[in-house]
Amino acid sequence: MNNISLPIIFLVLAVVVLVFGFGVVWLNRRKPAAPVVQRATPITKAAVVEEVIVEEAAVEVAVVVEKASVRDRLSKARSAFGGAVTSVLTRSEISDTTWDELEEALLRADVGVRVAQELMQPLRARVKSKEIVSPQQLIDALRQDMSAHLVSTDRELRFDATIEGPNIWLMVGVNGAGKTTSIGKISAQQTALGRTVMMAAGDTFRAAAGEQLATWAERSGAEIIRGAEGGDPSSVIFDAVQAANARNIDLVLADTAGRLQSNTNLMEELRKVRRVAEKGAGTVTEVLLVIDATTGQNGLSQARVFAEATQVTGIVLTKLDGSAKGGIVFAIETELGIPIKLVGLGETITDLVAFNPIEFVDALF
Amino acid sequence: MFDSLGDRLGGVFKRLRAKGRLTEADVNEMLGEIRTALLEADVNIGVVRNVVERIRVQAIGTKVAEALDPGQQIIKIVNAELVAMLGGETLKIAYASQPPTVVLMAGLQGSGKTTSAAKLAAWFKAQGRNPMLVGADLQRPAAVEQLKVLGAQINVPVFSAPGDPVATAAAGLAEAKRIGRDVLIVDTAGRLAIDAEMMQQVSDISAAVKPDYTFLVVDAMTGQDAVTVAKAFDETLSISAVILSKLDGDARGGAALSVKEVIGKPIAFAATGEKMDAFEQFHPDRMASRILGMGDVLTLIEQAEKVFEKEQAEAAAAKMFEGEFTLDDFLDQLQQIKKMGSLTNVMGMLPGVTKEMKNAQISDDMLTVTEAIIRSMTTEERRKPEIINGSRRTRIAKGSGTQVSDVNKLVKQFSEMQKMMKRMGGMAGKGGKKGGPMAGIPADLAAALGSRPGSR
Repeated sequence: MNNISLPIIFLVLAVVVLVFGFGVVWLNRRKPAAPVVQRATPITKAAVVEEVIVEEAAVEVAVVVEKASVRDRLSKARSAFGGAVTSVLTRSEISDTTWDELEEALLRADVGVRVAQELMQPLRARVKSKEIVSPQQLIDALRQDMSAHLVSTDRELRFDATIEGPNIWLMVGVNGAGKTTSIGKISAQQTALGRTVMMAAGDTFRAAAGEQLATWAERSGAEIIRGAEGGDPSSVIFDAVQAANARNIDLVLADTAGRLQSNTNLMEELRKVRRVAEKGAGTVTEVLLVIDATTGQNGLSQARVFAEATQVTGIVLTKLDGSAKGGIVFAIETELGIPIKLVGLGETITDLVAFNPIEFVDALF
Repeated sequence: MFDSLGDRLGGVFKRLRAKGRLTEADVNEMLGEIRTALLEADVNIGVVRNVVERIRVQAIGTKVAEALDPGQQIIKIVNAELVAMLGGETLKIAYASQPPTVVLMAGLQGSGKTTSAAKLAAWFKAQGRNPMLVGADLQRPAAVEQLKVLGAQINVPVFSAPGDPVATAAAGLAEAKRIGRDVLIVDTAGRLAIDAEMMQQVSDISAAVKPDYTFLVVDAMTGQDAVTVAKAFDETLSISAVILSKLDGDARGGAALSVKEVIGKPIAFAATGEKMDAFEQFHPDRMASRILGMGDVLTLIEQAEKVFEKEQAEAAAAKMFEGEFTLDDFLDQLQQIKKMGSLTNVMGMLPGVTKEMKNAQISDDMLTVTEAIIRSMTTEERRKPEIINGSRRTRIAKGSGTQVSDVNKLVKQFSEMQKMMKRMGGMAGKGGKKGGPMAGIPADLAAALGSRPGSR
């Protein structure tokens, strides 16, 4: 037993009991109402009614053939909200204001205070030694440095054709990051490559997540295994792997329910999902953490905790077609060494592209 | 995790302790730390600049009183400033004289609109209203389906029709009038603020249903972009208030401050969990502490409230003060604490817990070990730990699979805690009614609790 732990436990306990014992009386707060919904609420009849509408809505999605270019898709956002760097460039020399503006540009892109300072430190030295003299050189050097930090060679999605049984790609992330949509897009791309895909509707918690995934399965020509709402996600994914193996399907794309990384129980559940996924015939070759481009500094905490629980192998950065720059993934890749693999640029099935460090860095300012 | 403002300023002020007053350079250094703390909490850089300026004005006038910790003084200023910024005008729902009162939900994809719409409906229901939900998100596959499932869970009718979202919303309004529902909540598709076509669509929906309130749902984890989004939605829809979602995570939630400052609209609600009733009115003071990383005693109390039996906890506290708290009681409380989640999480919510302690790598296995030791004691030993002698110690250690020294430590710590508690109990007793029950609680904890407006 470690020396410091015991006193801390006592202290925490004492304080919690004290605070609570008194807090309750003193604040005279209202008792929280009895929970309306349990996590395992069974599916109700009303849930089934809307199926028809969903199908109809599905038809409208046109499959755009041309590949989206990051630069094209971002130009709209950049012209509207860029500019921090433009003001740096309009100055004839590098002054204190230049540094402030540069830092601001980095911060606005969500790279974070520490990373911003780490990037500027060597540049300051190079300016001091007159190696860099003009604002243009400064910006170019910064872009080069940033791209150089993103040198991971591991950006391909890992598909191992030599293993026995299906490859399993597991999608994890917080609520609303875009896991289900990303699976739909990945599935479309993989089927286009000639691979057969099975989806596992492992998000058994969110209402109608299974329906959402089923729509994507249909659009992309994949098969799907679903469990009961409120059921055990591990067993759904396990079943999907077994079914895929029996039908000789190459790839299982496993969806999971969104969860905040601070929720210990749900992270524990996810650990189990990861473990059980490999109990059957398949092998987990990718664990993709989906991160929303609007995410701020919390993204680091997300990456750290999810990586610890599920051995994340890559990042999918979604919704980069908005005004958010997604700079936090720069911090994630450089600090935690998790490579960014895919970037989501829109709503259609082809709007998920391979991550390109140079385009990404260019689009940051 | 990032350092809290307290930790940051603590470092600066250690060097300043000897000095009598703050020089301009000191103030600047300190403001730099405040700036970093706010940026790490995702407060927008433009907003940070304004806040820091306002704090500078107040800080320069501050003399360092000898008895007071200047760090605490400054934190108080910063905290007060943030509370003022986050608070101000609150949203009071005025129900339409001609029902239904129409509420429109808007926001980015994945911000939590559909879930928040259902939670809001549950909230209205709890206020004695008869809400109805309209699913006008025909974009995302199964969004309407999701709303229907949630509606069934909270027993609120959900209307939707395939085709055009604007027509669906209008038909929903007509349906609400027909069946006599007095609150109508319209869920819309998530959209990017820069997507002109989609922004036009939500504007058309708004024109069709003429909402009394338009709520913008903002994810508490949003970074710098929150400002751009809020501005764009406010310009298009004239937002009435903001709903902050996913506040149950560990994000500092600086986006709340940015949005409030930039569009000047109140933050009305906060979504704090996965369940339908995890939705509450927004508390500016709690949010301020959270942004500054100062711990969140009130959330802690609320969480505790959910898992602790009230009478049991009160009895335990009373026993503590009288020095009658036994290892059995301790074991009981330990069980309760475990229900609140990981120890590190609980610690994070406590004010005044130092960085060293937070970094001390306490694993939850420690709780299990502690439990095992206590469970290996006899009833008598648990009541009177002082009877534990050498042979008893060996037996307990064997029984719990630990070392004798571990048993020693536990017994020693426990008796020290008992003494401390008794002392505090005595102080509280002397303080009597006047000092209130707070008298015995450590100073900064009392301060955190005492800073509650109008001690309810």
